[in-house]
Amino acid sequence: MTIEYLIILLYILILASYCGFELISKIPPTLHTPLMSGSNAISGITIVGAILCSNELGYTTVSKILGMLAIILAMINVVGGYTVTDRMLKMFKK
Amino acid sequence: MDIIVKLAYLVASIMFIIGIKKMNKPATARNGNQISAFGMLIAIVATMVQLDVLSLPEVLICIVIGSAIGYYVSQKVQMTQMPEMVALFNGFGGLASLGVGLSDYWLKSVENGEIVNNITLISILVTILIGGITFTGSYVAFAKLNGRISGNAIVFKGQHWLNFVLLLGACAGGALVLWQQDMIWGIYALLFISLLLGVLVVIPIGGADMPVVISLLNSYSGMAACATGFVLNNYMLIVAGALVGSSGIILTNIMCKGMNRSLLNVVMGGFGQTSTSAITVGGKSNLIVKEVGVEEAAILFDSASSVVIVPGYGMAVAQAQHIIKELMEILLKKNINVRFAIHPVAGRMPGHMNVLLAESNVPYDRLLEPDDIDDDLSNTDIVFVVGANDVVNPAARHDKNSPIYGMPIINADKAKTVIVSKRSMASGYAGIENELFGYPNCLMLFGDAKTTLTKVVNEIKEM
Repeated sequence: MTIEYLIILLYILILASYCGFELISKIPPTLHTPLMSGSNAISGITIVGAILCSNELGYTTVSKILGMLAIILAMINVVGGYTVTDRMLKMFKK
Repeated sequence: MDIIVKLAYLVASIMFIIGIKKMNKPATARNGNQISAFGMLIAIVATMVQLDVLSLPEVLICIVIGSAIGYYVSQKVQMTQMPEMVALFNGFGGLASLGVGLSDYWLKSVENGEIVNNITLISILVTILIGGITFTGSYVAFAKLNGRISGNAIVFKGQHWLNFVLLLGACAGGALVLWQQDMIWGIYALLFISLLLGVLVVIPIGGADMPVVISLLNSYSGMAACATGFVLNNYMLIVAGALVGSSGIILTNIMCKGMNRSLLNVVMGGFGQTSTSAITVGGKSNLIVKEVGVEEAAILFDSASSVVIVPGYGMAVAQAQHIIKELMEILLKKNINVRFAIHPVAGRMPGHMNVLLAESNVPYDRLLEPDDIDDDLSNTDIVFVVGANDVVNPAARHDKNSPIYGMPIINADKAKTVIVSKRSMASGYAGIENELFGYPNCLMLFGDAKTTLTKVVNEIKEM
């Protein structure tokens, strides 16, 4: 990775963080628990990295085993996080 | 093909942002969560298509196993257990990112013998550090919330120095790897220290500071995902990780403001331990409190025209949210205005009380923030405090020596009558006596909240 490329990635990081700050500071306290479990599910995005890491045949290498472990964990996060958030948000009634 | 996958990642990133945007109103939040979930599905499918994952059955099996466990847990968990579950899931997120970072290092450096450039290498090291701290830190938080280990702060001499030295050790391990890429011992050292640090940074933080810890760990799990984005040069991972990271930071900040303490003060830990001995010697109370019986309380409720309920962690412990909802309904039938005032740090995670009350079908427009209800409190007949303590302590307004001085509170004492449902005269988290209980307009309703409230509701029904 070159320095130029790193700078592009940093741009993305800073803009996305700013966007996150703007959006999340407008979320009412009532929804803070669903926000946490929902954002927890989003942090399961690391599943994409985990799948990329498991991109090899066979399952004897350390890297593959680590990748597969990461897939299971990230998938628990994704599915568990979104469904429990949905369960909670269903309960919020006017 | 590659372009299509990249476009899919872009779409997924946009959907995450829209999903979070829609979380700003309870009416659209569910839809927002679904949009976000759909974005995740697109991202996962695109990755699977790109790698032709169908030829890798073991990957598919892992996905199915993870989904099944996640689904099972999410359906089984009770709403009172939400803080534990979020803590545990934060830990999984951290461990998954740690696994990705480590796997990438192993593949490139150990198995293929490639030269990894320094920027990628630093990203890998950062991923391992944050992922490791998030994992063990979240597990300790989970065990504390779950009661597996004591929820109190565990402090010892030289704790902060030890953490500092360990952090230096982690940096040294990382530097070793940067200097000689195949120095696996550097990676091992970094891994071990980061796992140890996770435990050490969370143990000194006690019970009611848990909302801060969970928010902070939530932020870390996002940052770990973000760091994997730098390892794999993936824009979408960076965007999603940054969203989660900033969400956690904002929540942490709100929690700290709610307690009028700095993040550093919370993270240093030990709050409520030092002040206990100084103020309430032997836990003996000097306050003269007035007790109220179930029947009398029922009469008071019946003759009121407005009631504000202040719930706290005690309500969750007693599982009193359902009976509170019944109380609300019966009072509403008698044309008594019932509202709830919820302090930001009530409970063990941000929004904890709101979810419990939503579960028992209390409409969310009756749940108000302290600022929104403050002006009305002096016109309120009864403020009913259930399982809350420090957040209604007037000492925060005037007693400069109090550890909670300056903390924004719900001014319950301004109401005509305050009824406090409490098991005993034990102090709150801050370890100080609540002077509100000695006020002339304050009445104590002793006993388990669920049992006494059931009796009160039955009394009101008979009136």
